[in-house]
Amino acid sequence: METKAFQKIYTKVTQITKATCSLNAQGVGYDELAMIHGKLAQVVKIIGDIVTLQVFGGTEGIPTNAEVTFLGKAPSLKVSDDLAGRFFNAYGDPIDGGPAIEGEEIEIGGPSVNPVRRKQPSELIATGIAGIDLNNTLVSGQKIPFFADPDQPYNQVMAMVALRAKTDKIILGGMGLTNDDYLFYKNVFDNAGALDRIISFVNTTENPPVERLLVPDMALTAAEYFAVKKNQTVLVLLTDMTLYADALSIVSNRMDQIPSKDSMPGSLYSDLAKIYEKAVQFPAGGSITIIAVTTLSGGDITHAIPDNTGYITEGQLFLRKDTDIGKVIVDPFRSLSRLKQLVIGKKTREDHPQVMNSSIRLFADAANAKTKLENGFDLTDYDERSLKFAKDYSAKLLAIDVNVEIDEMLNTGWELFNKHFKPEEVGIKQELVDKFWPKN
Amino acid sequence: MSTKGKVKGIVANLVTVEVDGPVSQSEICYIKTGQTDLMAEVIKIYGNNAFVQVFESTRGMLINDEVRFDGHLLEVSLGPGILSKNYDGLQNDLDKMEGVFLKRGQYTYALDKDKVWDFKPLAKVGDKVQAGSWLGEVDENFMPHKIMVPFSFKGFFEIKSIAKEGQFKIDDTIAVLIDRNKKEVKVTMVQKWPVKVPITAFKEKPRPFKLLETGVRTIDTLNPIVEGGTGFIPGPFGCGKTVLQHAISKQAEADIVIVAACGERANEVVEIFTEFPELEDVRTGRKLMERTTIIANTSNMPVASREASVYTAMTIGEYYRSMGLRVLMLADSTSRWAQALREMSNRLEELPGQDAFPMDLSAIIANFYARAGFVNLYNGESGSITFIGTVSPAGGNLKEPVTESTKKVARCFYALAQQRADSKRYPAVDPIDSYSKYLEYPEFLDYIEKKISDNWIDMVNQTKTILQRGKEIYEQINILGDDGVPVDYHISFWKSEVIDFIILQQDAFDKVDQSTPIERQQYMLESVLEICESDFEFESFSEVDNYFKRIINVYKQMNYSEFKSEKFNKFEKELKSIIKERIVEESILATETN
Repeated sequence: METKAFQKIYTKVTQITKATCSLNAQGVGYDELAMIHGKLAQVVKIIGDIVTLQVFGGTEGIPTNAEVTFLGKAPSLKVSDDLAGRFFNAYGDPIDGGPAIEGEEIEIGGPSVNPVRRKQPSELIATGIAGIDLNNTLVSGQKIPFFADPDQPYNQVMAMVALRAKTDKIILGGMGLTNDDYLFYKNVFDNAGALDRIISFVNTTENPPVERLLVPDMALTAAEYFAVKKNQTVLVLLTDMTLYADALSIVSNRMDQIPSKDSMPGSLYSDLAKIYEKAVQFPAGGSITIIAVTTLSGGDITHAIPDNTGYITEGQLFLRKDTDIGKVIVDPFRSLSRLKQLVIGKKTREDHPQVMNSSIRLFADAANAKTKLENGFDLTDYDERSLKFAKDYSAKLLAIDVNVEIDEMLNTGWELFNKHFKPEEVGIKQELVDKFWPKN
Repeated sequence: MSTKGKVKGIVANLVTVEVDGPVSQSEICYIKTGQTDLMAEVIKIYGNNAFVQVFESTRGMLINDEVRFDGHLLEVSLGPGILSKNYDGLQNDLDKMEGVFLKRGQYTYALDKDKVWDFKPLAKVGDKVQAGSWLGEVDENFMPHKIMVPFSFKGFFEIKSIAKEGQFKIDDTIAVLIDRNKKEVKVTMVQKWPVKVPITAFKEKPRPFKLLETGVRTIDTLNPIVEGGTGFIPGPFGCGKTVLQHAISKQAEADIVIVAACGERANEVVEIFTEFPELEDVRTGRKLMERTTIIANTSNMPVASREASVYTAMTIGEYYRSMGLRVLMLADSTSRWAQALREMSNRLEELPGQDAFPMDLSAIIANFYARAGFVNLYNGESGSITFIGTVSPAGGNLKEPVTESTKKVARCFYALAQQRADSKRYPAVDPIDSYSKYLEYPEFLDYIEKKISDNWIDMVNQTKTILQRGKEIYEQINILGDDGVPVDYHISFWKSEVIDFIILQQDAFDKVDQSTPIERQQYMLESVLEICESDFEFESFSEVDNYFKRIINVYKQMNYSEFKSEKFNKFEKELKSIIKERIVEESILATETN
């Protein structure tokens, strides 16, 4: 973004905080971009002649006589089909050594979809992971986060979901990724040979935190291009939204706003909703689905970030290490996909809802049996069998390294029922038992 | 001449405007930004500076942008054609907007100017009338929509002329009135009213007393709400607030349903848009959408109009109440509305109250709930607005300002419990923490005695006692172990489980079970209580579990069967034979002589 010849240059900065600078200027539009001392900034407040800029790169090294120019536009992204396969930073500039993108320039953070023009989501997104496809089926146009502790392999799972999901485009919005995680994504995408349908906007921990605020809007602007203009199904991955919210609180703090719960800005709900609500099923066939990561501190979901997220998103996914099989599984109890009812048994085989419910119920029975065992009580034969079932169920279905088609997951479910239980113990409708119970 | 102004400061959607003339609090103004006029509302005035909240994004707005004040408050247009419309928070007709995306500064008229209505006069020349008097009616989706003397008219008027039965558009004059000073005023079928001012064109507002049937057992039986009553549903996410509200809106015995989707998920509104036009209203056989108006201001739509949306919905409700109709209004969720207030108060740099909410939050909520109610109109008819709001407490903690302020004013409290939701006991309304103050109203008790039976309230109280006892025993069993308590305790516990599974739990997705008429609720409660009052004999606690599980299973089948159908009767017979297995004989005699 070069300075144009006729632009007015200001050289007197009156106030500098860690994230913002103020100066006297006229004719400046709200939300407009500016360059200050070679760094990108955005207008966040105008009082009379005093303009306050939020400096994305941090204000370190900015002198009071810094050169400031206004760019006359809000943050924007050039969109075209050339985006596919490329890596960008938070400003939408390439970081993979490739050429700049030519295309239509679109302001990021654009308008919302008219609710009456939305279509009810109804297309299943298969990931091959049974813990998701079988128990918490994802639907196009849905928004759902992983609630994960920082030590859990959520980035690996996301990368796996991205590669397996049968969508036209996958857009990664990385916020505060460690350099190692960034390289992990890059390698995985490279090795899978799927680069042509993947677009990444990445802010690493090496970049200033405030830059992160641009990443989701960049990713979603690209998503809207493919979903609206090209009628494609787009999957957007946002990791990690907790770090995004942290950046919000840094800025609001620097602007002397009164914090609400957990030192988060009072507008946190609206700020997050603006991002997540971009998930939509368009009537013309395109769709945007958002899978995000919200890292928890000590598993606390009552913290303002996961709490507000939970009210906005359509369910949540929990990962957990199952010590019985030594693998990470998708927790069937705490995870929930609110939209699964729209597809299971409708777009999938008729036995899907019942197999799902019964196996989770039996898994819960096993959990009870386990508590009994730990408390030193005797186990019944049923308890023993449910424990064995749980182990098989974990290893063959819940583990995140499982990769099969949904029909096969259902068949596996029936096999496990048959292996450990009698039909009446499973509690499935008789018609379905007659049809699907394996014949020995 | 109207007041003009210039933009002097911008912080997000809070704009400072220097004005050249008089402005009033809450006045509407338009800020010309580029080629579009952005609507805004005055929220604070300080000397020559008016602080306005803009109902849109302020991106690109410049200092010295021109502002035009409109001389009126935020208003809605009231007239035939509101039903089955989808509005945003400012009553813009969403269906009239172009394109898939909402465009900034796009305002669409709420009614249809060209639609022709069949008008029938109800008043005649020479009649003395006042604000709210019915002049005539048109048929709006088979609902008698009254054309009234505008609410803004003060004092008495005489009808000079009134249109004959015929076809009119909303802007046609249907009557000419003469005021005290012999001045003539024309009345059309449409009027405007400021949303933040309650419509008070009624004679009195007595205490409400008539049961409003919702078909949801845990509400109707245990903690009933009344026509013109207020209630609220707080609960953490994933507890089924929205499902419960949708169930109420589908089944409740109301003439008009107004749903304010205020700052919630867009896909949930889409669900209403998709379902309501298909769903049949059991009482009228018509589509549910025909008597419904939806105010959709989802979480990604501008925050300031989210605040306005609940008032828009309430004003529309008051309009229909003045026609002598029973209005049910639902708002999901009032917490989002409170958060909109908080965001604004924060930008105004007001000193914050608890959790950074504005200090007057309590008063604002109280004023809003006070607008609901049962009213007697001047012409002897009555109308009502029943209001049920959901609250989304942060972190599921009910000790937060919005829940606490609402608890002070709403008369029914339906607490959704995470624990019940986790164990899939839906609706997850906690039977012990929840309450309905109407159960203490003598007017209501009189009414319910006549409508159901004179021992109904006793039965309800008894049910609550059994549930409370069951909960206590459950805690004791958890501490002492199954064999640490007498078998009797297990029996008492399982009796409360029968009530829980059969009366409280209800399958919102089952065609039969989703809605239970009050006669059926009475039948089931009597049947369940008969079991609870009987004595049973068991050797050990493990027998108790299995026995009552069988009873519950058969009862559930009854809940899933059409009332008194062959299937229903078959299961009831089966139930009786199971009961016979274990019941102690004297207690049968006791119940039979009852």
